[in-house]
Amino acid sequence: MSAETGIGAAVKRREDLRFITGRGTYTDDLNVPGQTYGVFLRSPYARAKINAIDAAQALQVEGALAVFTGQDTAAAGLGDLPCGWLVKSKDGSDMVSAPHPPLAVSQVNYVGEPFGLVVAESLAAAREAAELVAADFEELTPVVATAEAAQASPIHEGLEANLAYDWELGDEAATDAALAAAAHVTRLDLTNNRLIPNAIEPRAALATFDPASGEYELRTTSQNPHLERLVLSAFVQIAPEHKLRVVAPDVGGGFGSKIFVYAEETVVTWAAAKVGRPIKWTAERSESFLADAHARDHVTHAELGLDEAGRFTALKVRTTANLGAYLSLFGSSVPTFLYGTLLAGQYKTPNIHVQTHGVYTNTAPVDAYRGAGRPEATFVVERIVEAAARETGRDPAELRRLNMIEPGDFPYETPVALVYDTGNYQASLDRALQLADYGGFKQRRAASEAEGKRRGIGFSCYIEACGLAPSQLAIQLGAGVGLYESGEIRINPTGSVTVFTGSHSHGQGHETTFAQVVSDKLGVPFDDVEVVHGDTGRVEFGLGTYGSRSLAVGGSALISAADKIIAKGTRIAAHMMQAEPDNVAFEAGAFISGNQRLTLQEVAFASYVPADYPPDLEPGLSEKAFYDPENFTYPAGAHIAEVEVDEATGVVQLVNFVAVDDFGQIINPMIVDGQVHGGLAQGAGQALLEHGIYDADGQLTTGSYMDYCMPRADDVPDFTVDTTVTPCTHNPLGVKGCGEAGAIGSPAAIINAVTDALGTEDVAMPATPEQMWRKLRGL
Amino acid sequence: MNLTLTVNGVEHSLDVPANTLLADLLRTQLRLTGTHVGCDTSQCGACTVHLDGRSVKACTVLAAQADGRAVTTIEGIGSPDDLHPMQAAFRDCHALQCGFCTPGMIMRAIELVESGAALDNRTVREALEGNICRCTGYHNIVKAVLTASDTMQEQAQ
Repeated sequence: MSAETGIGAAVKRREDLRFITGRGTYTDDLNVPGQTYGVFLRSPYARAKINAIDAAQALQVEGALAVFTGQDTAAAGLGDLPCGWLVKSKDGSDMVSAPHPPLAVSQVNYVGEPFGLVVAESLAAAREAAELVAADFEELTPVVATAEAAQASPIHEGLEANLAYDWELGDEAATDAALAAAAHVTRLDLTNNRLIPNAIEPRAALATFDPASGEYELRTTSQNPHLERLVLSAFVQIAPEHKLRVVAPDVGGGFGSKIFVYAEETVVTWAAAKVGRPIKWTAERSESFLADAHARDHVTHAELGLDEAGRFTALKVRTTANLGAYLSLFGSSVPTFLYGTLLAGQYKTPNIHVQTHGVYTNTAPVDAYRGAGRPEATFVVERIVEAAARETGRDPAELRRLNMIEPGDFPYETPVALVYDTGNYQASLDRALQLADYGGFKQRRAASEAEGKRRGIGFSCYIEACGLAPSQLAIQLGAGVGLYESGEIRINPTGSVTVFTGSHSHGQGHETTFAQVVSDKLGVPFDDVEVVHGDTGRVEFGLGTYGSRSLAVGGSALISAADKIIAKGTRIAAHMMQAEPDNVAFEAGAFISGNQRLTLQEVAFASYVPADYPPDLEPGLSEKAFYDPENFTYPAGAHIAEVEVDEATGVVQLVNFVAVDDFGQIINPMIVDGQVHGGLAQGAGQALLEHGIYDADGQLTTGSYMDYCMPRADDVPDFTVDTTVTPCTHNPLGVKGCGEAGAIGSPAAIINAVTDALGTEDVAMPATPEQMWRKLRGL
Repeated sequence: MNLTLTVNGVEHSLDVPANTLLADLLRTQLRLTGTHVGCDTSQCGACTVHLDGRSVKACTVLAAQADGRAVTTIEGIGSPDDLHPMQAAFRDCHALQCGFCTPGMIMRAIELVESGAALDNRTVREALEGNICRCTGYHNIVKAVLTASDTMQEQAQ
């Protein structure tokens, strides 16, 4: 295929034309005739009993149409919002799930939890009416702090403790023995700060109900509309799937936060039938802060054993993970299967044991956010490795190299349930050291010192497991469903190609990348390939976009579908050329037999209007495929950060950041670089700026952009990014996924640089100027 | 209240509640949905438009304040067939991903270049402080603004 548009080409994105001209269509841009507006009633308390809700006055407001409460949704038989991943405690018992009704019925458990929906003719009327709903609460003592939650009195009635599970992985006895025998043990206490994802488009929903057909249509800000439909049909039971269409139009960023099925779109859809009118709800940013799923929030103690030569002998990790007030859709899996399994990192540590206590608190539910468990694992491994290098007087890069799994070791089975298929960690480290001019660091440090700034350098050699499925492994690990992805390729009669994918784009550029893949594979012009996604009415099934899975799983499904197109096209072409199918070859978009040649377009047209097909040859040229990988993919890389800490102000400036990543084969390098840049800024945000803070009463004190510090353009430097390539061994494209790497590797690298600059391991994320200023003064 | 304003070169006379924000007037009354609303504290900059050539956050301007004045939105600066140099540079440099912050970012960047200030990486980053992007890490946005700055200056000569 053309070098300008095929695999490996930096094709400019076709979706950009609508976005740069203001012609994108995001959920809140949509309006339908007869539309009403919804405003949610939200708990002002972290924990309280709901004694009574009086909506009489609210309903007097001109234009007010209805007020629904948890009693109404419960009476209507609406099911709970489910958690899709069953984690078992180490004693074999199932995790303890607190019931999660879409609207709180008798008790609210976090500030911002929805307990009612007001519907009115206008947004202004809905807001006014919401103000007039009188809710009588009886405050209860909240449990807020992660570390103390397990011992505190239970927040949910009927639960014995605030402990959802006590999970473990690895061999504890062997790990303890190896630690006891180690020449040196490095111990570290770490906090992984709570983050709030903050896609710039707030969540929104526009639900309609057609009483004539009984069909619901929900247009919403979702990363996986098919899963949304599945949950709303099978679990919440709003309507069967053939009566519920879910469309995710243009979606303004997600980073995980728009995977989950939330209360708001659930209740709005249900209520649209009750009111008999379309209902639109769009979150204000303050609602996003309160009620989008939050992220991270771990408290961890880790111990790393080393032998005399510096080889890692054991890693023991004890983590308490804050799950929030309820188990969100994937919340249980993040601090367990997506975390504990990654604690081997890039190293041959022979003994690893991890224990995770998942705890309930009166805070917003915590779930997957860019990296989901893997940034937390990388933070533990790469912080303690750096600390061990310092404690034992070794160069941090060389200590890593000494312990790395080597290219000849693959496939490599870790002590924590994964088999890495391929990699070359030394290559990415070497390249990163070169790009970072590691040799020149001492000089740069001296130059900074002359300006009153302490300079530090920090490393992070991360690994991630991406491309969810593999379904069998995922189900063994507790997933509620297999995680195949689907794809369909339809060669239209005139030869243009429509590609349907169950994957979803909300910034990743699928409409371009997937078209590159199909155009390359089928030898058709890039401009003739259209990619359709995000609509359950047009795409049969899908599991959406998360865990850097789109290309590795969704793209592979398209390759399988394309193979079927070629196989069927071969039979049709053979019939047309009166040749044996075995004698027909497919090359560069054409079927060739001897000196006969038919283009895919010619075969497609003929396939739809045949007159003489034998009974076993079906007309048409459209094929579907489901793809399930046999293993995760394992992107990995080396990140090196350099910071300057201003002695006078405590401000940390990230002055240099090098990321060398191995994503396997790359389809569009321009898009890949962009994904890395974005992840790095989010990681820098976690390390230096962002912190979701609840006070002791459970009030969110960082509930706006005035208080929650988002990375701005002047907080980050230009990034130096490069890639090394070891193709994934088990998918047809050789791809591994690139969406999360930046956010996974960077926090550890940056904090390692800050601790290097300060000469202490005791630095908490985010490394704010106040914290630095105090540390510089020994306060 | 009645007000008359010019939006993207077209004059509109409208009757709106006095507390209507310019962002809502553009999005709801005029259906110019390219101007986005991403926060409620005038921090994110997704709603940035030009009011008499100056960039303003339309969520912080009352519609009444635009009475008798000229508003330019993302829809008014170029089309897919005839892109403004800043729009073209954003695409060429991959300066957008989800596209939600992009209209505001482009409107702010155009004003920055048109102000005639001497621009380099640092000054562009500082000038974009009022516009938040969660996708790109800003790297390619800065590149796009500097690229468009060159093109716009060449065109002006």
